[in-house]
Amino acid sequence: MRKPLSAFMVHAILGLYTLLALFPIVLVVMNSFKAKRAIFNTPLRPPLPSNFDPIGYARVFDDSSLAFYYLNSITVTVGTIFFTLLFGAMAAWALTEYKFRWNTLLALFLSIGIMVPIRLGSVAIIQLVAELNLINTLTALILVYTAQNLPLAIFILSEFIAQIPKDLREAARCDGLSEYNIFFHIILPLIRPAMATVAVFTMIPVWNDLWFPLLLAPAGGKQTITLGVQQFLGQYITDWNAVLAALSTAIVPVLLLYVIFSRQLIRGLTSGAVK
Amino acid sequence: MAEVRIENLKKSFGAVEVLKDIDLHVEDGSFVVLVGPSGCGKSTLLRSIAGLEPVTDGTITIGGRKVNDLAPAQREIAMVFQSYALYPHMDVAANMGFGLKFAGTPKAEIEARVGEAARILQLEPLLKRRPRELSGGQRQRVAIGRAIVRKPQVFLFDEPLSNLDAALRINTRVEIAKLHKLLAATIVYVTHDQVEAMTLADKIVVMNHGRIEQQGKPLELYYKPANLFVAGFIGSPAMNFFPGTVTPDGIDLGADGMLAVPLPAAGLGCKVTLGIRPEHMRIAGDEGGGPRLAAVVELVERLGETGYVHLRLPSGTVAIAEIRGDTGLRTGDHAAVALDPAHLHLFGPDGRRIS
Repeated sequence: MRKPLSAFMVHAILGLYTLLALFPIVLVVMNSFKAKRAIFNTPLRPPLPSNFDPIGYARVFDDSSLAFYYLNSITVTVGTIFFTLLFGAMAAWALTEYKFRWNTLLALFLSIGIMVPIRLGSVAIIQLVAELNLINTLTALILVYTAQNLPLAIFILSEFIAQIPKDLREAARCDGLSEYNIFFHIILPLIRPAMATVAVFTMIPVWNDLWFPLLLAPAGGKQTITLGVQQFLGQYITDWNAVLAALSTAIVPVLLLYVIFSRQLIRGLTSGAVK
Repeated sequence: MAEVRIENLKKSFGAVEVLKDIDLHVEDGSFVVLVGPSGCGKSTLLRSIAGLEPVTDGTITIGGRKVNDLAPAQREIAMVFQSYALYPHMDVAANMGFGLKFAGTPKAEIEARVGEAARILQLEPLLKRRPRELSGGQRQRVAIGRAIVRKPQVFLFDEPLSNLDAALRINTRVEIAKLHKLLAATIVYVTHDQVEAMTLADKIVVMNHGRIEQQGKPLELYYKPANLFVAGFIGSPAMNFFPGTVTPDGIDLGADGMLAVPLPAAGLGCKVTLGIRPEHMRIAGDEGGGPRLAAVVELVERLGETGYVHLRLPSGTVAIAEIRGDTGLRTGDHAAVALDPAHLHLFGPDGRRIS
């Protein structure tokens, strides 16, 4: 029996944390609807008819290049999630299921990737990308982000794959499935909740990243939205209305993706609980 | 259906030999049960037949075709796993038809075969359910159904009943026996439960330490166990054993006395082990002849019409005798136990049977 008081405490603490975490986001969204003067004079006041001004959104939607930046961000994020999940799950499956000579060493090598931040290799990455003629392409970003996220994805997914009973794979082998079919028709459906977790972990840092877009795709219409917003930040004048509006709209796609994955996540959790 | 022939089969995990020179012939349409204690290699043998475990040496032929290097699916076998191994994300019908789908069987035929298997196993109302919505017995039937729809040459069962409760186990055992008759199937069945082995098998193969100790008809193994291991393994409660020495007067059991039995083929002075099943021991009064032993009653177990008396002999050896009806025996009573000379088994120093 859970005591009502402790339940209340738990919710109070969680609520407090939620307020704290949401505060800057709410501030950004609120002020994005306000006139410039109101943003600076009364930053904490919600948008009211007296100070309402959608000029920021008007500028953002007028600027045709921003639409491309959104598309770039979405392409990069979705591409990264896709390749991270595909290669991550395949590698995790291979490392857990098959015994081969360098298995342990390979797993260890991959786990080093979790510990060493990829940004340490930025210079080498720039050189490599330049050599490959991939500067100012989304491909470069997707490749780098996939590499960045693979180690953790493999680590998480192989834990889940190891929990799938061996009998299931052997039953599939008796049923005459090829190894690829076992992977796509048995393993992938069963690790869906884990993949949703990995997708969420992958998605948010990639969407928000400024570092690699700045280094690898800073121009040529291949900027991501986080980079694209920078155009409103000038050395002398900053168009705060536009910056806030752009940031507010940037939340929407990532929120949408999150809702999609979290539904998978919850479905996975509850389906596992019944067993 | 087809026969299975296994010749000189060897299997090692590293330096550990888990199967040593296995020779086994499973006749077409017969029900062969592999039985033995944990770690005796019976499951490994089954998995070798299935192709899930590569073998080190020897040959396996199914229906006259050498299958050593074939993948499980190409061996035309179907396996029923102890854990059932149903695909959790598919309904019952999809589970049963899954293998056929990948073999490129036309949809109409898959449906027909799944329907047929469902009818035989009374799974029709459950076809649209997921495995997690089924009881243990139902899951077991789905697992068998999945094997049936593939129309395999050989069915392989790996301890299929061990996850069921006692009542269901007896039911399912009967179902499997009926199914065997109905399908005229060749079945290789692994269990550690010797009751399952006795009731289901045309041929029992008793394994121990990676070797076949004896193979034969259930009653043959029961009445003529080839060695001490089989004698002790088959039958419940287990056979009683008494160590002794062959003398001109019979067999000297040391502190337990002299048993006047016909002299065995073994020479005088030879160390032997005398074996007798509980049902061939009788708590005797003073009347009647034949070999007998004196003992103290340690415990009486009454199961109803029959019961078991646990006895301690003067040497400290413990024995179990079967009783019928209410004998009035109590713990601490002294009793004379008569042994049926027709059912005495003698084993030599190497554990082999002496006729």
